[in-house]
Amino acid sequence: MTERHPATGRLEIAGVSVSFPAGSQRVQALDGVDLTIEPGEIVALIGPNGSGKSSLLRVVAGLLRPDHGEVRLDGEPITAPVPRIGLVFQEPRLLPWRSTARNVGYPLELMGWPTARRDARVAELLRLVGLEGAARSIPDELSGGMRQRAALARSLAVEPRMLLLDEPFSALDELTRERLNVELLDLWSRTATSILVVTHSVQEAIFLGDRVVVLSERPGRVVADLRIALPRPRSLTTLDEATVSQTAHEIRAHLGALAA
Amino acid sequence: MTAARLPSLAGLDAQAHGRASMLATALAALAAFVLVWKAIVVVGAYPPFILPAPEVVLARFISGWADGTIARHAGTTLVEVLLGFAVGAAVAIVVGYGLARSRLVERVVSPYIVAAQATPILALAPLLALWFGPGLLAKVVICALIVFFPIAISTMVGIRSVDARLLELARSLRASRRQVLLTLEIPAALPSIFGGLRVGITLAVVGAIVGEWAGADRGLGVLLNIARGSLFDIPLMFATLATIALLGIALYALVVVIERALLRAR
Repeated sequence: MTERHPATGRLEIAGVSVSFPAGSQRVQALDGVDLTIEPGEIVALIGPNGSGKSSLLRVVAGLLRPDHGEVRLDGEPITAPVPRIGLVFQEPRLLPWRSTARNVGYPLELMGWPTARRDARVAELLRLVGLEGAARSIPDELSGGMRQRAALARSLAVEPRMLLLDEPFSALDELTRERLNVELLDLWSRTATSILVVTHSVQEAIFLGDRVVVLSERPGRVVADLRIALPRPRSLTTLDEATVSQTAHEIRAHLGALAA
Repeated sequence: MTAARLPSLAGLDAQAHGRASMLATALAALAAFVLVWKAIVVVGAYPPFILPAPEVVLARFISGWADGTIARHAGTTLVEVLLGFAVGAAVAIVVGYGLARSRLVERVVSPYIVAAQATPILALAPLLALWFGPGLLAKVVICALIVFFPIAISTMVGIRSVDARLLELARSLRASRRQVLLTLEIPAALPSIFGGLRVGITLAVVGAIVGEWAGADRGLGVLLNIARGSLFDIPLMFATLATIALLGIALYALVVVIERALLRAR
């Protein structure tokens, strides 16, 4: 959990197309998306509503089968959910009757980990996200930010090589969101995961990403792939740098060009 | 930050206080009920064979239990209720799950379930007594039939309302069908299923009495008939009615206790 494994966590998305039935026709959500994420890299995926960002994430998670194309993690095709890929949804999706600790340990329970080992791992995860004090609380007793931290801890339970985040903090207030983004980067620097994060905030994309990938409107295609040259570790003041507004301008140009 | 879910001492105190005042309210309501009953008897000057006074019924209740008359019949009814309820509830939960998760099951089975529910059990009971004889079996069948509908429907509703997003989460964590059932669907549907079980347990008592009326030689339904007919002991009839009501209340409370324990164990 503490050392990096730069050799693993390479994700290849090759020619992925997805369509959905809509009445008698089919709507093309994604059209031949190609994207490679290097081990340990953070890629922020941004695009207008309906650009198929969430669909792409579901294909990578093995929850949705593409019409064409393939996703490979370290060379292995993904056709169903695998433990090496962790997923955080837009909502925390905690089991409302379970305590924080039992929610975080849920994946381990499903995998049949013995209780003692599971408890130790859960304690470690709760420390990692700063929820030691809320181990026995149920989701209703937690704040929105704490709930999403619990969801994050749960997704890290089985040490994924690749973490997928679907607008993870979009339901939270601005301040909580900023703080959690900083925490996410801190967490990332201490784990071995690559990250693919879907966002609709240009600022957030720049703050988190080594690269920002812009998807077009439906059907979604990659229209820009920008490298963010900001040094790490990043803090909120990083966002004040001149390059940020320049990059933001560039991303907005791509998004704006789409809207035109 | 919200810490553990341990109630504080003050909380416990308030809880005890709340419980005491609740008990006081319940006792007051009971006293009011008995007083109104007594008032009706006194004002209307009804003879005991029309409406016996509460103290007359209480005396007969005590003597009936003391000499073993009521206990003998109540034991028979209790067994019928428990067996019928257990069988009916078990089948209903399985069928309810099928209704929730399979279009085919819903299409094929639900018309029969609704038709069976729309047929009065009172009309079916003599037929079932004819088929299954005057013994325990007919009563178990009748109880099972009468509890089936509310439990099957509440299970169906409970399973259907399991959050689809949680089901997707379970899928992303590679949960097996069995794991989804045990860790997600059942815990999530538990409050709804128990809603059906609460209705069902009270109906099971009704089913047993109806079943006994259709043909039996022992049971509280039989005792009701004997008290009203051959004995013409109306206070005993009321004491039997009270026994039936108390049986219903006790079984209902038992279901609630089990529900609470299971909800805590989720």
